[in-house]
Amino acid sequence: MEGLLPDLEVVRKDFPILSRTLAGGQPLVYLDSANTSQKPQCVIDRMVDHLEHHNANVARAMHQLGAEASEAFEEARDTVASFIGAPSRDEVIFTKNASEALNLVANTLAWAEGDWSSRVGSLGAGDEVLITEMEHHSNIVPWQLLTQRTGATLRWFGLTDGGELDLSDLDSLITERTRVVSLTWVSNMLGTVNPVAEIARRAHEVGALVVVDASQAVPQMPVDVVASGADVLVFTGHKCVGPTGIGVLWGRREVLDQLPPFLGGGEMIETVRMEGSTYAGIPHKFEAGTPPIVEAVGLGAALEYLRDLGMDRVAAHEQAITRYALDGLATVPGLRVMGPTDPAVERGGAISFELDGVHPHDIAQVLDSRGVAVRAGHHCARPAHARFGVQSSTRMSSYLYTTPQEIDALVEALEYTRSYFRLGQ
Amino acid sequence: MTTSTGGHDLDALYQEIILDHYKNPHHAGLRDPYEAEVHHVNPTCGDEVTLRVHLTDGPDGPVVQDVSYDAVGCSISQASTSVMADLVIGKPVEEALAIHQDFLTLMQGKGQVVPDEDVLEDGIAFAGVAKFPARVKCALLSWMAWKDATANVMEESA
Ligand SMILES: Cc1ncc(COP(=O)(O)O)c(C=O)c1O
Repeated sequence: MEGLLPDLEVVRKDFPILSRTLAGGQPLVYLDSANTSQKPQCVIDRMVDHLEHHNANVARAMHQLGAEASEAFEEARDTVASFIGAPSRDEVIFTKNASEALNLVANTLAWAEGDWSSRVGSLGAGDEVLITEMEHHSNIVPWQLLTQRTGATLRWFGLTDGGELDLSDLDSLITERTRVVSLTWVSNMLGTVNPVAEIARRAHEVGALVVVDASQAVPQMPVDVVASGADVLVFTGHKCVGPTGIGVLWGRREVLDQLPPFLGGGEMIETVRMEGSTYAGIPHKFEAGTPPIVEAVGLGAALEYLRDLGMDRVAAHEQAITRYALDGLATVPGLRVMGPTDPAVERGGAISFELDGVHPHDIAQVLDSRGVAVRAGHHCARPAHARFGVQSSTRMSSYLYTTPQEIDALVEALEYTRSYFRLGQ
Repeated sequence: MTTSTGGHDLDALYQEIILDHYKNPHHAGLRDPYEAEVHHVNPTCGDEVTLRVHLTDGPDGPVVQDVSYDAVGCSISQASTSVMADLVIGKPVEEALAIHQDFLTLMQGKGQVVPDEDVLEDGIAFAGVAKFPARVKCALLSWMAWKDATANVMEESA
């Protein structure tokens, strides 16, 4: 099959978990990578090595271990900056995950002052925040909270039946009142790849701040923050073969400098007096307290791993497997995919579907009994499910280690599910 | 029908009785009259139930005259709703609450509790569900909704 990673079997050996078996000796068929990805040995080893040999707090320990730990932590920042094409390493803020990064932006905007002449300002009645109906809850709820607290209005792009953003009312949605546009690059439910650069260009015409949720983009495709048009871009480490507990917020310096601090505490200050404090510059201004050190080190190792594989190749693999999966799923009677299915349309590796007569929970349960791990539910995208008139769906999501044989196993297990629930042809 | 160990567990979960109730749920639909209506959701999977209870006065206290519902969810949650309605309709509230407690004990028993068929009737089919922690919430959704709705009525009349 064209497009697959050349040494797929070798690559798979990098991920120890992929060779484990489940109850009854079933081999693991892991198709839940949009939820969290598996970790290669090099990431695990780097984290263990850090804890075994270099553990100390960062920035504030005046001894050799402290220097080593700080260096490892800051090296991870360099790796992230170069991986996403950040113009400056200081623009890379470590957070706990993508959710925290989005909340950081939405919260600090509630306290921001200014007139929006350089894309940051205070929000109030008459101002609008624009999101989309396909967002993960992490990119909906923080903006609901922000608009409720400030009196601003939340608006959103609807979706077409094909699962793409409905851009037909773009001109009435992006207006002089629009202050923030926040959208996902790649949908975690529908797999849709949104035209972020085009939307950013329109948003910038009206002076709005553009926030891009790249949680599903960074793992799957080459990402260049400047080319994306984003002012702020976030992602989460655990979906790109890194550990949990670490996320990234990248923002243009001009924007981050204008945003007020988020959490107060150690490391985010310049001087503290009882009467008041002054704050450190970025990135430390937004990194109060002891950061997730070993997690950052692990993320650095993860991005080095992806860089060495080549993100172009990872993207090509994802495209090939996704295409193969869509073809396989199309052979299952009564199965309906939500999201783009046209081979000409670029899409991500998350494929959500319905199967007539069987609830997603029951599908996932039967698949699990055959070692096939998928997700069932609303995948933290309830509004997008409501748009398609469903409560929940089943989602398969592939990654760089997914093989065509695993897709075959999924399709076979779906056929088995149909027979288990006695559905005819 | 099944081939693997995984499949064997599957049959413990999906008892015939459960699949029968799933395909043909008893007492489904929303009906009048009713004194309380509640809406419960399972936030992890989005399953939902809207449930009404109608209580009347009996010689020994209130009686569950009717339970009606509109539910979306998996086979386990749908079947459990159907079985629950069968079990509580026509019973004095006090007895129905005791059945509720027995079902709860069964579900929280991690597969170690032996159910009493005289009390739980078709509900014993859910014994296998207790071994699947992720599914216990599905089985309990409508039972919790019923208890909540019943408590609402009792409070109002107290
Ligand atoms: C598109 C998208 N945004 C945000 C998130 C949130 O990531 P996290 O839970 O790591 O904060 C996810 C992951 O579930 C996602 O898929």
